[in-house]
Amino acid sequence: MELLLAIVAGVLYATGIYLMLRRRLAQLIIGLSLLSNGSNILILSAAGVTRAKPPLITAGVPLEQYADPVPQSLILTAIVIGFGVLAFSLVLAHRVHQSAGSDDIDAIGPDSINASPDKPDRA
Amino acid sequence: MLLALPILLPLLTAIVLHLLPHRSRLLRVVAFAGSLGTLVTAASIFVRVQRTGIQVLQVASWPAPFGITLVADLFSALMIVMVSVIGVAVTGSSFAGVDPRREALGYHPLIQVVLMGVAGAFLTGDIFNLYVWFEVMLIGSFVLMSLHRTRAQLHAAFTYVGLNLLASAFLLTAIGLLYGQAGTLNLADLARAWPERRTPGLDAALSMLFLTAFGIKAGLFPLFFWLPASYHTPPAAVGALLAGLLTKVGVYAMIRVFTLLFPDPNASVYSVLLLLSAVTMVVGLIGALAQRDFRRVLSFNLVGHIGFTTVGLALWTPAALGGSILYVLHHMLVISTLFLVSGLFLRQRRTTDLNALGGLYRTQPGVACLALIPLFSLAGVPPLSGFVAKVGVVGPMLGTGQYLVAAVALGVSLLTVLSMARLWEESFWKPASVPSSSSVGRPRLGAAILAPIVFLVSLTIALMVLAGPVSSMTMRAAEQLLDRNTYVHAVLGEGVPRAAR
Repeated sequence: MELLLAIVAGVLYATGIYLMLRRRLAQLIIGLSLLSNGSNILILSAAGVTRAKPPLITAGVPLEQYADPVPQSLILTAIVIGFGVLAFSLVLAHRVHQSAGSDDIDAIGPDSINASPDKPDRA
Repeated sequence: MLLALPILLPLLTAIVLHLLPHRSRLLRVVAFAGSLGTLVTAASIFVRVQRTGIQVLQVASWPAPFGITLVADLFSALMIVMVSVIGVAVTGSSFAGVDPRREALGYHPLIQVVLMGVAGAFLTGDIFNLYVWFEVMLIGSFVLMSLHRTRAQLHAAFTYVGLNLLASAFLLTAIGLLYGQAGTLNLADLARAWPERRTPGLDAALSMLFLTAFGIKAGLFPLFFWLPASYHTPPAAVGALLAGLLTKVGVYAMIRVFTLLFPDPNASVYSVLLLLSAVTMVVGLIGALAQRDFRRVLSFNLVGHIGFTTVGLALWTPAALGGSILYVLHHMLVISTLFLVSGLFLRQRRTTDLNALGGLYRTQPGVACLALIPLFSLAGVPPLSGFVAKVGVVGPMLGTGQYLVAAVALGVSLLTVLSMARLWEESFWKPASVPSSSSVGRPRLGAAILAPIVFLVSLTIALMVLAGPVSSMTMRAAEQLLDRNTYVHAVLGEGVPRAAR
């Protein structure tokens, strides 16, 4: 299971970074979300995967028989943060697309801005 | 309880600001009052740290390695005071007028959110909590940056958002790997257990991940391109807030995490950091000389001078680290002041393009002389605070035999003088390029817009006058950072036997 999770995390990182290097904003955002999913899986697998163990310790039970709840709470926090950030960057990308008429990074780049300085967008 | 106040007060202020009716005068007064309150609590934390040593707050009374800990040592306390000082200046500058559209969209609460995030990052003693505060601060700054939607601002905001999220992903990865191996997130507990494990391979990988994550946030050499691409577009007060605080949080986190987790001064990561710091100085200043916009010149100067603040960590001596901390304090003040100065040009000429500026000395010589102080303080002209800070950084370099880096730093200082002198000459001294009708009709710069600048400039001068006590204080802060035992002991309490270290 650890091996599988490690491979999945690796593939998610690789695709995420590949997509972030592309030129379109939509791909950049998908890349970001893949990257954050990859790091969530990495946290899960790095902290050790346990099978059907309770997270609560009762007195008298040997200590190795429990699942660590901390990585899951970390992942939960990271998912919530990632969701908020994703929603924000989608809106931002939408705005950029509205104002530039394109989601290609070169088309909205500083060079094209200098050509038509600081107009408020159409929205 | 006192330790939580610099976080809770801005939060409370932000909530109140959201609930209040949207009358700009009222909002400004409440925001300013909230910032003043934060300054008072920050100052009292500082006094208490001075008197009784490291302050610790176990949130919700969970014992140390299990709950979230807030810790204030001397370094944190100094940073908290600076944050609230800049908070006061920035919220104070809103009395001079804010774009009404921005104000309606939540300009004031967002500034408080950013201040809360920064204060949280400086106070937390838990590495995952540090990540969370980074995100709080980033979300606040994202929205502040993209509130007003001109095309240039949107583009800048997207660059900023993309690269900072990448940094967050790196940070999260590093934290996940660290937790997987160490089984704890409390910085003091990590400092106690982690270096004992002696896992050089993992150490190298982790330290490089942390260096990348914090390097992007701080604006170190190969990772700084988001900064000059974005900091010149938001309004002056937002620029001052972001430039003064956000990169310094990266520097702070780097110093905090590296001194606690990677205490081996011979680790390869410190050679990399030394090299990157030197290259950052050179590239930043060469970039600054090539720019023709007041705020772009400042942004590149900001990048260049980040090198001075990280070099102390790379050298790993109390003197060098103390010098770097002093530099951080000085740089926060001065760069914020200069971004506020750029607001004067925006008010009078509606641009910060150097080609369109000039002639301000003729109409307002007092303002021009006022701006001269932070400009030349950044350049490090004696006896201003920049000179004191540069002596603090360069002196230990000579002491540790890093002559090449010292030469680079001094050369870069010369370039800064050139850059600053040119900036002043172009923006104030040279005759106005176009005696445009637009500048004739404009009002003179009033007291409201000048007051925050005067406030920060007088603090810069105070830093210069009190150079002796302040530098001995930063030296003590550095000694405290390098002596991890006190930190561990303060957080984990008496229960931890010192021999186990």
